[in-house]
Amino acid sequence: MLHQLSWKVGGQQGEGIESTGEIFSMAMNRLGYFLYGYRHFSSRIKGGHTNNKITVRPTEVRSIADDLDILVAFDQETIDVNYKELTETGIILADSKFDPVKPEDSKAPLFAVPFTEVAAELGTSLMKNMVAIGATAALLNLEDEVFQNVVDDIFGKKGEEVVQKNMEAIARGHELMNELLGERVGEWALAPADGKRRMFMIGNDAVALGALAAGTRFMAAYPITPASEIMEYLIKKLPKFGGAVIQTEDEIAAATMAIGANFGGVRSFTASAGPGLSLMMEAIGLSGMTEQPLVVVDTQRGGPSTGLPTKQEQSDLMAMLYGTHGEIPKVVIAPSTMEEAFFDTIQAFNIAEELQLPVILVTDLQLSLGKQSVEPFDYNKIEIRRGKIVTDNIEEAADKAYFKRYENTEDGISPRVLPGTLNGIHHVTGVEHDETGKPSEATGNRQVQMDKRFRKLAALKFDNPVYSNAPHEDADILLVGFNSTRGAIEEVQERLNAQGMKVNHAHIRLIHPFPSTEVAPLVAKAKKVIVVENNYTGQLANIMKMNVGGHDKIETITKYNGTPFLPGELENRVKELTR
Amino acid sequence: MATFKDFRNTVKPNWCPGCGDFSVQAAIQRAAANVGIEPNELAVISGIGCSGRISGYINSYGFHGIHGRALPIAQGLKMANRDLNVIASGGDGDGFAIGMGHTIHAIRRNIDVTYVVMDNQIYGLTKGQTSPRSAAGFITKSTPGGAIEPSLKPLEVALTSGATFVAQGFSTDIKELTALIEAGINHKGFSFINVFSPCVTYNKVNTYDWFKENLTKLADIEGYDNSDRGMAMRTVMEHEGLVTGIIYQDTETTSYQEKVPGYSELPLTDIDIKMSENDFNELVKEFM
Ligand SMILES: Cc1ncc(C[n+]2csc(CCOP(=O)(O)OP(=O)(O)O)c2C)c(N)n1
Ligand code: SF4
Ligand SMILES: [Mg+2]
Repeated sequence: MLHQLSWKVGGQQGEGIESTGEIFSMAMNRLGYFLYGYRHFSSRIKGGHTNNKITVRPTEVRSIADDLDILVAFDQETIDVNYKELTETGIILADSKFDPVKPEDSKAPLFAVPFTEVAAELGTSLMKNMVAIGATAALLNLEDEVFQNVVDDIFGKKGEEVVQKNMEAIARGHELMNELLGERVGEWALAPADGKRRMFMIGNDAVALGALAAGTRFMAAYPITPASEIMEYLIKKLPKFGGAVIQTEDEIAAATMAIGANFGGVRSFTASAGPGLSLMMEAIGLSGMTEQPLVVVDTQRGGPSTGLPTKQEQSDLMAMLYGTHGEIPKVVIAPSTMEEAFFDTIQAFNIAEELQLPVILVTDLQLSLGKQSVEPFDYNKIEIRRGKIVTDNIEEAADKAYFKRYENTEDGISPRVLPGTLNGIHHVTGVEHDETGKPSEATGNRQVQMDKRFRKLAALKFDNPVYSNAPHEDADILLVGFNSTRGAIEEVQERLNAQGMKVNHAHIRLIHPFPSTEVAPLVAKAKKVIVVENNYTGQLANIMKMNVGGHDKIETITKYNGTPFLPGELENRVKELTR
Repeated sequence: MATFKDFRNTVKPNWCPGCGDFSVQAAIQRAAANVGIEPNELAVISGIGCSGRISGYINSYGFHGIHGRALPIAQGLKMANRDLNVIASGGDGDGFAIGMGHTIHAIRRNIDVTYVVMDNQIYGLTKGQTSPRSAAGFITKSTPGGAIEPSLKPLEVALTSGATFVAQGFSTDIKELTALIEAGINHKGFSFINVFSPCVTYNKVNTYDWFKENLTKLADIEGYDNSDRGMAMRTVMEHEGLVTGIIYQDTETTSYQEKVPGYSELPLTDIDIKMSENDFNELVKEFM
């Protein structure tokens, strides 16, 4: 019996690989298993190798597995590209349609199953994915019924007959595989799960749901991988809450429209990836200078330029921190789990309004598109803080003097009045301005307003800016990361500690302003600090050096080939560095 | 009820004496008073340029943004609060060079915003370079041998982009201009108003006298029907864009806001944003 199953389905893009993985994982999720799914895909719609690797186990899983138990192949390329990941007991199921060939050095048995042929017999070759799911069910010794409610949900709209046909395809795949397996039926059975229902979602779902729960009612965005799901979710859901999404002409319009709506008093935001972030830089500066709240989600992908649009990377940090010309206070938040993605999004809106500045919520492709099982979020933990909004009873000022929208207060945060309010008239400008928003280049005023804007950061409330698991007072190594590397680092920490090393782990959740107070002691407790990041230059390591020093002990493990860190390779690289 | 004086503030404009923008400012103030709104019910969103300063000279909510982006800011604001009257304004460089993409898409989108362009065929603030509105051959600091590119034709662009309201005014004719802006504010949808607003410092060709000589009032053209897009296009082309009045108005097409499914009739700013536990649980269940 297996305690963890690693299953991968692959083929040509546009062939239904997506739905094969989706149906299999939904069923496993509903049985109470924990899943982590990661898609490999290309920036084209039809053709090109794609695969979906799903790690399933009865206990929590936060990382993609190193290896593979079952490979389901719809073309030869899938076998050639992926067979090396198979374990000693791994197995290949391949569609007999393409006359699959087993690579010479592959130890895994290859079963050619007539996926397409059987599906065609049942009416349409489109159902080949269901036949493959049935074959998988045989390997895992699952009852076909476990797929019933998923098939109902997905095909119910198309009528009872379609549901029936799909269930039949599963049954046929199951039978066929049983015959092929003979004695080996059930060899890949998984340890039972707890049967509890959990959410199964991608990071973009968590962010989008977070934005909705935070009370966003307007989003302006321009489509881009891997951010579009956020906008698409809100397009579906906002009408129910009276709100709207505008697909703009570009990201400059998206960011400035969101600023306009925030000026109006509605929580609004935009979401994009690196190329969009580059276009938004001037707008982010405008938000900082005019002290209008703005939330920007940056789902990092491979850069620069169009780079690797469908691949994992974490290389936008410096752009986020320093991309805007001039100097403005801003906040950059980096969630690393689904739960954090949800609650941090809500915090991003709170902070943007409380401190009246731009907040960038950064994720990466692996976190944004990786699909995971999550315990339902706790409604009671949703907290909304809107800061100093003044709504009524404003006294009329003498001689049409403007409301002091940029009043030089002690904490730097000025009262905010929304357009439309009686006696609240004021001017907002990206030009340096006085307390009432009138342009002013006076040296004294410049200093006052600059100081005021930056003073706001001291009022920042952000719980647990660093997630840490640091059991050792005198650690050999402190592993540091941000965003989606969390699971792989946790896994490696566990393995190395079990091998007798003393390894601590810190995951940075607040990139800017950098949580030096929390990070410095962790650095001090370690002989060596290794920053793990998906980029070339070691951006997080550099940010750490700028803020907490440690130049003599901070080293990096970087990876920029477009693929996420797997625990096994990370473990080896950490060992190489400590040898 | 507010009068145009209520829309004046205490800031002294830093425009050159004689700049056309003074009259545009006055026309906006008069139009606002004429349509019966209060200063706190108006927001003027402007771009960057000499013209962009206008939001700071009107007693209303004002947002002086970044170069070329007045329109997206204005549209975002209007989406947030549909009860506000939102006027966007800026120069010809702001709206037809750096911001041209937004101009065309704002026209197509048809959100209920009034857009007033102060068209002086030059870059004023940066001290006299060519603009997309400068005529071929026009000599400026950046085109010492005369502009090579032909001038952009904003009225034709607007008409072919599906505009529901297109007008053109001349800053000295405050009466007509006020009426155009009033009509623009009252129009349900995006209204595009191009205004010849001479730059007395850097444009010595397109002067007040030049415009007086060359402009034709549509009101003087017999049988002109501004609900006929084809006639509007032909007339504008025949007169090389040198006409004033309401060039085209479509009173039937509804604005963007009316078409967005589910979009609240109350301003979004008035909706309680806290999600109910019931709604939340339903959304969560969809992922299970
Ligand atoms: C992104 C950006 N590029 C360039 C500028 C410099 N700039 C300011 S105003 C302007 C053009 C002004 O011309 P126009 O929009 O016609 O306004 P006018 O001054 O004529 O009223 C330029 C190029 C800027 N502020 N921002
Ligand atoms: S430079 Fe021209 S546009 Fe600018 S204020 Fe002077 S006259 Fe007006
Ligand atoms: Mg100009």
